[in-house]
Amino acid sequence: MDVGKDLVAASATPLVLAILAEGESYGYAIIKRVGELSGGELRWTDGMLYPVLHRLERQGHIAAKWSESESGRRRRYYRITREGRAQLEEQRRQWQVVDGAMRGLWMTAALA
Amino acid sequence: MDRSIEQQIAQWRAYVRRRQAIHGPDVEELEGHLRDQLQALSDVGLAGDEAFLVAVKRMGNLDALSREFARAHSERLWKQLVMASDGSDPSANRAPTEKLVAVCLAFAAAIAVKLPALFGIRWNDGGAMFYFRNASLFVFPLLTVYFLWKRGVGAARGLRLALPLAAGVLFANVFPFHKGGDTEVLTALHLPIALWLVVGIAYTGMRWFTGGGRMDFVRFSGELVIYYALLALGGGVLILFTLMLFESIGMHAQWLVRDWIVPCGAAGAVLIGSWLVEAKQSVIENMAPVLTRVFTPMFTVLLLVFLATMLVTGSLIDANVKREVLILLDLLLVLVLGLVLYAASARDPQAPPDLFDRLQLLLVVSALAVDAVALATIARRISLFGFTPNRVAALGENLILLVNLAWSAWLNARFVGGRGSFARLERWQMAYLPVYSGWAAIVVIVFPPLFGYR
Repeated sequence: MDVGKDLVAASATPLVLAILAEGESYGYAIIKRVGELSGGELRWTDGMLYPVLHRLERQGHIAAKWSESESGRRRRYYRITREGRAQLEEQRRQWQVVDGAMRGLWMTAALA
Repeated sequence: MDRSIEQQIAQWRAYVRRRQAIHGPDVEELEGHLRDQLQALSDVGLAGDEAFLVAVKRMGNLDALSREFARAHSERLWKQLVMASDGSDPSANRAPTEKLVAVCLAFAAAIAVKLPALFGIRWNDGGAMFYFRNASLFVFPLLTVYFLWKRGVGAARGLRLALPLAAGVLFANVFPFHKGGDTEVLTALHLPIALWLVVGIAYTGMRWFTGGGRMDFVRFSGELVIYYALLALGGGVLILFTLMLFESIGMHAQWLVRDWIVPCGAAGAVLIGSWLVEAKQSVIENMAPVLTRVFTPMFTVLLLVFLATMLVTGSLIDANVKREVLILLDLLLVLVLGLVLYAASARDPQAPPDLFDRLQLLLVVSALAVDAVALATIARRISLFGFTPNRVAALGENLILLVNLAWSAWLNARFVGGRGSFARLERWQMAYLPVYSGWAAIVVIVFPPLFGYR
């Protein structure tokens, strides 16, 4: 089962922020982490992550810097900012509302 | 990795580079991703070109990708209209209609300027101040209509902008100004600043506070000034030839130039200029940022030399010519603010601080220093000789600009020091824009009664 496009797009921001809240990371590793977390069911088109990262950076939620990777190539590392943590908290609240509502409905559906 | 793969990567890189919305560092970042992916795939046993195919496929469709990049970096859109090829943008095939609308609105502006003459208000017949006070009102409503139409804002929502414009008409014309009074001149000068925000709201499609269109509006304003100057230059040549040609057959065309070409041309050119800025933004490189780059170092040097001269010779700014000095200072701060704004409008917000940012910080700080010295002198004069409308207006503007530039300097210093992002400076500038219009509105609405219409 693959998660639908709209849902992938909607969950991108909280996912990226939450993963960066675990620690500094870079594009490829973030995609890998998303795969691990969802058991491979949440699939992103790899390139699409970067516009999301750049938008978040622009909004001040994350900060980026170029540094050398272990392979010697330059790599862009991202970390979450204070504003980003506040945004993550806000997103968490919103998702909990949605989650709570859905859960209620699933339960009723299961009982019926 | 073997050579054929390197070649394929190079080809892929060249292909991505051609996408205008994806810039150099982004390509490098994407290429890094591609290489990580290739590594992982060949670790699980895929052969070289198999791995390459899978990795490129996972990267996604490049058209969609460059569109996403353009959305995330709207300043790139300004120069490259990649969105136009999207098909979802209704303005793509509206070019001919748009030209027609712009020309019609320009004619409407020309007619609007001539309408008061029907009611006996003539430029050279004591009506000059009427035209001066109402100058923006002949043009801005039409410009507002143009943008509302262009952004596809419905009539019902667009009508909300009629209220501030009507208020402008009211406050420009109901007050019993004393002839040649300062408050009347102040109204004429400040009304356009107050109403420019209305044009801005229309420009952003009624989403001034929520959308990201404010920086685009700043860019638009700068480009409009440049296009307007070019059109005025052409108009000057036209006028010259009109006069000379009729002179050669022994007729005087001065009345034609004075009563028709100049007023109608000046009004119509605003609409035509706006349309040109909108239509040509993809064709010509923006001029305002280029001028900014050229003049920022020059003004920095000027201010530094001026400060040094003041320090060495000990001669302070002469406050006896207080009004002129205050206006000069306001203009200086406006100029510095313009340099900061247009540099910001063309800057990639993600680029690390460079020499130019440091230079700009130096410019702002030296402007603040000059202003502080002069303000102290003038404040003493005002405390001795009291307030006049001009002094209060100029002082208010000075304080507003001072607050903006001081905070900009602080944010810029943090950015240069690596402890803040450039985006914060940009956000601050954008959030501050309505303050100018707010103050201008106060000058128009409160000052005349406050100072007894003098």
